[in-house]
Amino acid sequence: MRDAPHGKRFLITFAVLSVIATPLVAIFVGREFPPGNATAQAHEQVFDNSWLVAIMTPPAVFVLVFLAYVLTAFRNRTGDLVDGPPVRGDARIQTWWMVVTGAIVLFLAGFGSYELVQSGSGGGQGPTAAFEPAGYTKAMDVQVIAQQWEFTYRYPTYGGVEVPHLVLPANTLVRLHVTSLDAIHSFWAYQLGVKADANPGSDNIAYVQTKGPLTFDIHCAELCGLWHGYMFDTGQVVDARAFASWIKRQRSYFAPVNRYLPAYATTYLPDPQRRAG
Amino acid sequence: MTVARRLVGFNLLTGIILGVGGFYLGWFIGHHITGPSLDYFNDIDQNDISLFLGYILGVVGFLLGLGFGIYPWARLRGYPPSLREKETQGIGRYFGLCTDHKVVGIQYLCGIGIFFFIGGLNAMLIRTELLSPTSHVFPPGQYLTLVGMHGTMMMGMFTSGILGPFANYIVPLMIGARRMAFPRIESLTFWLLMAAGGILTTTIFFGGFPTGWTGYQPLQDQANAGMDSYIVFFALVGISMCLLGLNMLATIITMRAPGLTWGRLPIFCWGVVSTAILMVLAAPVLVAVLAMGMLDRTAQTSFFIASAGGSPYLYENLFWVFGHPEVYILALPGFAIVLELLPVFSRKPLWGYRLAVAGLLGVTLLSWLVWQHHLFVSGINSDLRPFYMLSTELISIPTGFTFLCGLMTLWRGQLRFTVPMLFCLAWFFNFLIGGLSGVFLSDVPSDVTTHGSFFSMAHFHYTIMGGLVFTFFAAIYYWGPKMTGFQLNERLGKIHFWLMFIAFNSTFGPLFAVGFLGQPRRVVTYTAHLHFLNVWVSISAFVLGISMLIFLYNFVSSLVFARIPAPANPWGSLSMEWQLPSPVPVHNFDRIPVFDADPYAYGEPRAPVAVPASSGAGGMS
Repeated sequence: MRDAPHGKRFLITFAVLSVIATPLVAIFVGREFPPGNATAQAHEQVFDNSWLVAIMTPPAVFVLVFLAYVLTAFRNRTGDLVDGPPVRGDARIQTWWMVVTGAIVLFLAGFGSYELVQSGSGGGQGPTAAFEPAGYTKAMDVQVIAQQWEFTYRYPTYGGVEVPHLVLPANTLVRLHVTSLDAIHSFWAYQLGVKADANPGSDNIAYVQTKGPLTFDIHCAELCGLWHGYMFDTGQVVDARAFASWIKRQRSYFAPVNRYLPAYATTYLPDPQRRAG
Repeated sequence: MTVARRLVGFNLLTGIILGVGGFYLGWFIGHHITGPSLDYFNDIDQNDISLFLGYILGVVGFLLGLGFGIYPWARLRGYPPSLREKETQGIGRYFGLCTDHKVVGIQYLCGIGIFFFIGGLNAMLIRTELLSPTSHVFPPGQYLTLVGMHGTMMMGMFTSGILGPFANYIVPLMIGARRMAFPRIESLTFWLLMAAGGILTTTIFFGGFPTGWTGYQPLQDQANAGMDSYIVFFALVGISMCLLGLNMLATIITMRAPGLTWGRLPIFCWGVVSTAILMVLAAPVLVAVLAMGMLDRTAQTSFFIASAGGSPYLYENLFWVFGHPEVYILALPGFAIVLELLPVFSRKPLWGYRLAVAGLLGVTLLSWLVWQHHLFVSGINSDLRPFYMLSTELISIPTGFTFLCGLMTLWRGQLRFTVPMLFCLAWFFNFLIGGLSGVFLSDVPSDVTTHGSFFSMAHFHYTIMGGLVFTFFAAIYYWGPKMTGFQLNERLGKIHFWLMFIAFNSTFGPLFAVGFLGQPRRVVTYTAHLHFLNVWVSISAFVLGISMLIFLYNFVSSLVFARIPAPANPWGSLSMEWQLPSPVPVHNFDRIPVFDADPYAYGEPRAPVAVPASSGAGGMS
């Protein structure tokens, strides 16, 4: 029993299983990952997720196979207190472990950074976005204003009209400026692959490249007080002509109230409102 | 008559009476110094200044009532320093200031246990609400208070979940000491924590708080008076944590018995050292940021108010500078317990001792460099995100050391599947899933989907509940016989384990999917197509709750009714604490032992352990 080639058996089982499992996971599990394929940014996230889950498969198989092997092969069957072999370490195994985990980690960080630098991946990037997608100078600006407990949207290139629901034109690069009037909120447009915190007094930019027409869900993803659970909405991506007629209608419909809005700005700070005592 | 006489004196009862008295004194003073002018809303219960003063004077009264003033007062009057040891065996010593580290360990175990069950009950209520996609049991305000109390209680009370009960009890025994370095401070850390827990519970009288355990500004500034309970709670926890860490460091650095070099120190003590370093350095940041929050709420400063020149980013930064080391304060003792127990139940030396120590210290160091991964989509320092991505993923290297050392210790061992061993093996499975799901959160593009969703919630429950609570139970089943002197029922222990393990995975596994499918955290409503998954999770959570009741039944019935005396060394361990009789005598060692090896010499020719004279236990072979 002691002389059985346990190490070889385990390594072969691990190698066979991970060679089989990794492509299966990458192909069948990876592409099922949300948030789907509706925008360039969402697609990038799915791509990232499927790579990550594939890379994680061998380590997971390693630990699980190891545990399964150890638990079946090395049980104390006699019930007596018998000592195992007094092995206190193995420099070769330790070195290999460090090299392999180090390589995986560096690859993951490099891969993630490369993906991030390409376009910002739909995440909020603050007032001066560090990583901008190609053609960002021509992006269409849309402002997302969060307040307790709803989102409103302003279109600075269309006279700064403010509307209660988000509609975006298809096949357009959109620069979302997310800001808040009170607490911290987070603008999460699920199918668009966009999440950006809304901070009072600061402008948080996220880019999204829309594709075809689509209806998408919007949630607040940062606890913002009493009605946080009810702070959701539905937005739409529509084709360019439909968008043009929609925004025209909005401008005339909201003109009577939009007159009283402050001029468009990247942030709005209401007067200091302090609660009492 | 004797009972009545025993109730008089410096004990918990006096502490509570003076605490309540102090609270009303502070409340009264607060209303007098603020006057009606600050009560803009004419709501006297919303006077933060009087509530803060009430809480602070209440804590002072509580500590004075427990007798923490006696020693400083005696020193001021010129008496020489002395250590008042309570050598009585009565139950009364558990209800007051006691300088015996073993009593404090038991106090911690029961005290934290109570708040653990309150926190768990909150979780059950949260899951009850989430049985339906709409708000149906609790109004949103109550629901958020439940969420906040669950998170805050678990994160706050369980920072000392291992170091409080087990390190306080076991570390002096492991290192051959008769006491902790600062026994009065040791007792103080416990009673501060209890005061804190009581104060957090009183938040329900002041309207609760809506912020969750993170207490983000400016919501914190906006919230009603229940928020003050959160602030005082976490500040007291921070002070307690900092003192506990200092005490542990001082004890392990200065009070090791002769021959116990750093290279022979049990790995559990290394885990305590690394956790204590994090506690001492992280807790002051927490206390500072809460003090700023308190000033914003009372003195109308504006550290965090954007419209008055402050910044909510400041809060997020400072909170997570504390908050990320905090999660390793919760995780590291778990690593250490797994590595400490595996050699005993594999009957092999700990594989790669130095690598294991390097792993613990590496996590300690790296945990300071990752905090902005909580802020990947917040818009702060967006160009630094690749750095935080790298530093976060680097943590998996030292964590991997723990895995390697643990797994290789099992290799070719003589495994015994006792209840503590089962909990340790479950740690591998849970922490594997917790760690791998963390990779999604550390990767910025993937984090855009998962951030702030149930995915991250499932992730940290896998690491903290799967990593800490499972090893907490491993420690109870392992050290329980030594600490209480009685055996725990093994069959019930196994039922508890299997039910907890299955229910835990059935609860938090599906939550990864719930998060990926778009449910944000801390919502009282959710979309209808997630109804089935949420009901599944709720029912599993109730089963998880039942498994805790099985443990409670086992613990109480074994200790109160069955009372089967535990042998001195039921596991055949070579560690020093098991060479002492159960329960341990008050002075631990009649003679300070001399160490000539580490406690992992299984299978090696070994000199008999230097057994102290008072011990009846022999070495095992």
